[in-house]
Amino acid sequence: MADLSAVRAESLVKDFGDFRAVDGIDLHVRQGEIFGVLGPNGAGKTTTLRMLATLLPIDGGHAEIFGVDVRREPHRIRQLVGVTGQYASVDEDLTARENLWLFARLQGLPGTRAKTIAGELLERFGLQEAADRPLSQFSGGMRRRLDLASSLITRPPLIFLDEPTTGLDPRTRGQMWDTIRELVTDGSTILLTTQYLDEADQLADRVAVIDRGRKVAEDTPDALKTQVGDSTLQLSLADGSDIALAANVVRRLLGEEPVLTPESGRMNIPLPDPNRAADVLIGLREAGLGISSVSVAKPTLDEVFLALTGHGADDEPQMEAAR
Amino acid sequence: MTTTSTMTATTPTPRRVDPSAAVARTTSHSSVQETWVQILAMARRALKKMRRKPEQFFDVLIQPLLFTAMFAFIFGGAISGSVSDYLPVLIPGILAQTALTVCMATGVQLREDMDKGVFDRFKSLPIARIAPLAGPMIADLIRYGIASVLTLVTGLAIGYRPGGGVFGCVAGVALTVISGWSLAWIFTWLGTMARSAQSVQGISMMIMFPLTFLSNAFVPAETLPGWLEAFVKVNPVSHVVSAVRDLFNDGAVTAEVGWALVGCVVVVVIFAPLAVRSYSRKM
Ligand SMILES: Nc1ncnc2c1ncn2[C@@H]1O[C@H](COP(=O)(O)OP(=O)(O)OP(=O)(O)O)[C@@H](O)[C@H]1O
Ligand SMILES: [Mg+2]
Repeated sequence: MADLSAVRAESLVKDFGDFRAVDGIDLHVRQGEIFGVLGPNGAGKTTTLRMLATLLPIDGGHAEIFGVDVRREPHRIRQLVGVTGQYASVDEDLTARENLWLFARLQGLPGTRAKTIAGELLERFGLQEAADRPLSQFSGGMRRRLDLASSLITRPPLIFLDEPTTGLDPRTRGQMWDTIRELVTDGSTILLTTQYLDEADQLADRVAVIDRGRKVAEDTPDALKTQVGDSTLQLSLADGSDIALAANVVRRLLGEEPVLTPESGRMNIPLPDPNRAADVLIGLREAGLGISSVSVAKPTLDEVFLALTGHGADDEPQMEAAR
Repeated sequence: MTTTSTMTATTPTPRRVDPSAAVARTTSHSSVQETWVQILAMARRALKKMRRKPEQFFDVLIQPLLFTAMFAFIFGGAISGSVSDYLPVLIPGILAQTALTVCMATGVQLREDMDKGVFDRFKSLPIARIAPLAGPMIADLIRYGIASVLTLVTGLAIGYRPGGGVFGCVAGVALTVISGWSLAWIFTWLGTMARSAQSVQGISMMIMFPLTFLSNAFVPAETLPGWLEAFVKVNPVSHVVSAVRDLFNDGAVTAEVGWALVGCVVVVVIFAPLAVRSYSRKM
């Protein structure tokens, strides 16, 4: 088999009425990798995933999963892909064990096998104690874990995870990351979406950045980050009216364009090297500009977007002439 | 594939996932046997829900009791001269009405269910599209059964003595269950089409009332004006009611029984595919 791609999607299109939610996205996910789809709210991440998972009809373009045509052979696709949606798709009226049993039976596992698999997954995801409680008593994190467990019953070679860690606390998020890495070690391929550059950085081998239904970049997380600098210097000036002067200092010293935030007197400065932060601070003192707070942080998704698209992630899609 | 999968004898690590083997294993659709297993799994889910939410049995329990007693004493004298003369006419009518109420609940509950997150998973799994629809309907057979038996028992309690004996009663109840189940496909179809559970309820009411009251369920068709009598005679509910009457009161398997069964088959053949199609489209 020459083609080692898990997903090959070309010019995917999805229209909701007049609104084009996905506008010609190409995705190429290789076997055995973690591929991240990064984008702000409303970018079209969920819609893209749902089309590939046969949950939404594809309005335009072409998609194959392990060489199987998504549009023509949905039943085969459903046997190859485990889907964990953005919102838990488990049955609220059943217990965790009953949920897993049901999904296992539906996929043709014999009764006893369904029972053992359910037991194994409950244990693996730390849900044994809660196994026979109704889901209404589950926390958000437990529900997510059950949802992921439900997608793994038949050990599908491709797993879709739609914002797997949104709303999880840092510890649970770390556990989820470990689980995802284990899945890849087992030989599965992962396609995940996220709003966090940090998460894509931690997990993904390659990342596609999506904005308003279009792919604006695709690269390794490292390469993406170097486009915006390794870290960001966040500054608050003592006097907000000094902002223009401060911006000049930054330009002169670093040759970088500072990002002005909505709060007055605040700016984020992309740093090619965290050590250059000191240069900026010294430069500002020499220029006589007072600082009220300062911190060095990882670049945020917002900055990646700004760098890639020229507009922030939260901007409303106002004046885009291309539409 | 650069990783070398070392096989250590002690750890029972599962085999690595092999995509090409997985692709080779896929099938283009669920076989009949697989579909049957899926339907049964869905039926079991529905049964568990019923056990956990017994309040949904309310209509099934209350309606037969209340309507049988109420209609018998209110209309009995006016329509048939006495309560005991009216019961042989009334009980099969109430049975049909109760079965239709259960049908309506089937559609409404399906719609409610479909709006839940778990249906996303059902759609993403390689299962036959009919399974999520047919599963709950199998579980509903219990509801039709309970409702029918309860109506009959209420009738017996207030003095109904079916001439068809045990055979007639069992056959009549069975026919009611079959008819209810078949007609439920209409409401299931509505459930997959409508926007909300409430609209299913509204539309179902509009279908159910003419079907039950413009039938011979509560009054003999001959007492109606000609144009109404014509409608009543083609109304499938009338045929079911007549058939059940024949079974209950005479223990006779008449042509009406045949017609009722034919009607059931026709309804299922038309509406089951419609429902499945509309369900698979709604993705
Ligand atoms: N069923 C639908 N009908 C109409 N519009 C829709 C529908 N589903 C999504 N959209 C629109 O399509 C766009 C993309 O939505 P999508 O859910 O794919 O975004 P997303 O990237 O997953 O965002 P989020 O991070 O908030 O989950 C949004 O503008 C949304 O309003
Ligand atoms: Mg989404």
